[in-house]
Amino acid sequence: MTIGFIFFCYLALLICIIGVSRKIVQYWQTPAPLKIPIAPAPLTRTGVFMRMAAEVFLFKSLFRASKWTWFFGWIFHWALVLLFIRHLGYFWPGDTPEVLLKTESFKYASFPLIIGLMGLLGRRIFVDRVRYISAPSDYLMLILLIAIGASGMLMTFALYYPDMGLVYSFAEGLVTLNWSELPSEWIFLAHIFLAFTLIAIFPISKLLHAPGIFFSPTLNQVDNARKKRHISSWAMQKETDKEIFIEQNSEKDE
Amino acid sequence: MAELEIDKLPTYLEIPAIQKDSMAGDGPFKASAEIQEQLGFPGEKVENWQQIAIEKMAETTSKYRSVQVFLDACVKCGACTDKCHYYLGTADPKNMPVARQDLFRSVYRRHFTFAGKYFPKLVGAKELDDAMLDDWYNYFHQCSQCRRCAVFCPYGIDTAEISMAAREVMNVIGVGQKYSNQILGRINKIGNNLGMPEPALRDTLLDLEEEIEKETGVAVKLPLDNKHAEILMVTPSADFFAEPHIDGLIGYAKVFHQSGVTWTMSSYASEAANFGMFIGSYDVMRKGALRIRKAALDLGVSRIVVGECGHAWRVAYSFWNTLSGIGGGASDEYALKLQKQLDSNYPQPQHIIEFTYDLIQKGILTFDKTKNDHRKVTFHDSCNVARGSNMGDIENGQFILPREVIKAACNHFVDMPKATIKASTYCCGGGGGLLTDDLIELRIKGAMPRMQALKQSQENDGVNTLAAICAICKSQFSKVLPNYDFDPYMIVSVHQLVSDALVLSDKSETKAEDSL
Repeated sequence: MTIGFIFFCYLALLICIIGVSRKIVQYWQTPAPLKIPIAPAPLTRTGVFMRMAAEVFLFKSLFRASKWTWFFGWIFHWALVLLFIRHLGYFWPGDTPEVLLKTESFKYASFPLIIGLMGLLGRRIFVDRVRYISAPSDYLMLILLIAIGASGMLMTFALYYPDMGLVYSFAEGLVTLNWSELPSEWIFLAHIFLAFTLIAIFPISKLLHAPGIFFSPTLNQVDNARKKRHISSWAMQKETDKEIFIEQNSEKDE
Repeated sequence: MAELEIDKLPTYLEIPAIQKDSMAGDGPFKASAEIQEQLGFPGEKVENWQQIAIEKMAETTSKYRSVQVFLDACVKCGACTDKCHYYLGTADPKNMPVARQDLFRSVYRRHFTFAGKYFPKLVGAKELDDAMLDDWYNYFHQCSQCRRCAVFCPYGIDTAEISMAAREVMNVIGVGQKYSNQILGRINKIGNNLGMPEPALRDTLLDLEEEIEKETGVAVKLPLDNKHAEILMVTPSADFFAEPHIDGLIGYAKVFHQSGVTWTMSSYASEAANFGMFIGSYDVMRKGALRIRKAALDLGVSRIVVGECGHAWRVAYSFWNTLSGIGGGASDEYALKLQKQLDSNYPQPQHIIEFTYDLIQKGILTFDKTKNDHRKVTFHDSCNVARGSNMGDIENGQFILPREVIKAACNHFVDMPKATIKASTYCCGGGGGLLTDDLIELRIKGAMPRMQALKQSQENDGVNTLAAICAICKSQFSKVLPNYDFDPYMIVSVHQLVSDALVLSDKSETKAEDSL
């Protein structure tokens, strides 16, 4: 049982790291042949940096688009960040650093996490437009996240405590390759299994929005096409090969 | 036309409940074999079209980061679902930007992603079959590529990029749209979208000169193929014949006249519009841009100015430097020659609004604003200018400069509701290759959000004039305004307002010599 679980965890991590890296390399290597920044477009690199920061940290465009989706989505994502930080302590090899010990209160982020996810699920079910565009995987993704959050909350707040000593040594063992016995509480097993499932499907699902946003040409381009020439490798090749070309002669040719 | 039911404009714009298949159909007329072959596309749907289409999709995703990232990144959050004017006007769910993209994305998932290959039902992956291709043709020709959805998408996903990609795939398998491709054939052969040959163009311009002189008593010229001119003016060919466009052209001529700068148009490149963008073809677009470079070189001009045309300005501002090295940084022989020839004191290319605005700033133009006192003017931000370009090289200049030019010529200017202008502007409903009578129902319904905003301004502020800087917007509004009980003549060129108020002087010859 333990061996199987440990194998699954590593496999999930491996799929995630390799898969996401491959995707990032693909995005990196795919040229953006034309300048297509979307208004309000920044004219400088600093401007692009500010725009990207506003999108990543504040979800600015989404705020403009739909206040409810923004509210649920934003609190969910920030809660996820806080909970992620709090979980680092479990995996930290050796003595947990001072900073991470102070993140105990981050456990309350699980409430906004669940509220956010339920809100997003509600929109998917009750708003006819959003229902129309939802595939089964869109619901499953939310349900998966809710299940991870809920199982975590049950362990934290509802007295389904697992053996914390075992939890720490299991988690640390994954990092230090010094594997130890798996806690046996089903709820803990469910939590770990679902969390690593989420990690595994990262590169083959819409979770690719996380790396994707940084490569989005409408958001990351500087609006300076007149001043600075922007050309992709394949278009340059066409140009050198004179694939499309109008011969220039001194006389007009009509 | 008579049988088409158009709902009365609502007091407030409401998001409609979805009505499946309300715009189902065969789409616009398909291009004939002759039209297709002119552009190097197959004349008829090829035998193994599915295979060719999938191969083309693979090529597109490997050449366009936008398409690759946009297909992967969408989380179906729904932010865009109520942003498209065609959805708001038709309630067909496939006109929601994300659903439109999903027509393409579902095929991408089926053929190019792990989840779609092995769990198609789970992730909504679908095969590119006859029904899907029909949907592609119908609904990718219900997108005007106005990019409003992209403003609201948290990842900047731009449906225009997807609809361009889809149209290119369809062209490659021999399923092209008649309207766009026929026009592209004309521009490649004759030099403008109308297929207007040089003698006809020359006649038109002479007529206009006469008309202006008769009306104003001043000899304002509209030169063609003048090799000694400083400025090459490239304008949409609609400016040569259509109403209200032609009054805008007269406006440019008057501004040039007052500026004292010599200018010319080219009979070889007598078209600023570049429909290559609508069909997503880099090559076709490049060909159009190269024509203009050639004209600039042949005429030996030192500046290039672009007339009032929305997507033309996007292509000129954002793409020309990339496509044909008009600007700076290109290294082929003719681009280098052009760089030497063009005056680096000015942005290249420059929009006519930028040109006029500069003259206003320098105090060179004098206006009698009372000439426009019968007008209460509002400004329609054309989508491609608003969301795909800039003017004046200042942030949001594309919103500021046209308004300043209008205010310099008119005493009464008022904006439409905030949610419907600038970056959030609603498309006129006729852009992106849809300005054709076989799509008239779509065009009328898609204009509804803009018409609703206009009605609000009419009721609250007494607006009676709608100014625009796009040939497609002007044609589209002339056609659809009456359907919503507006005066079809209320749509004008910004340079018509300039033209009406500009005080002309007859000293252009001496001025011209000074500036040379």
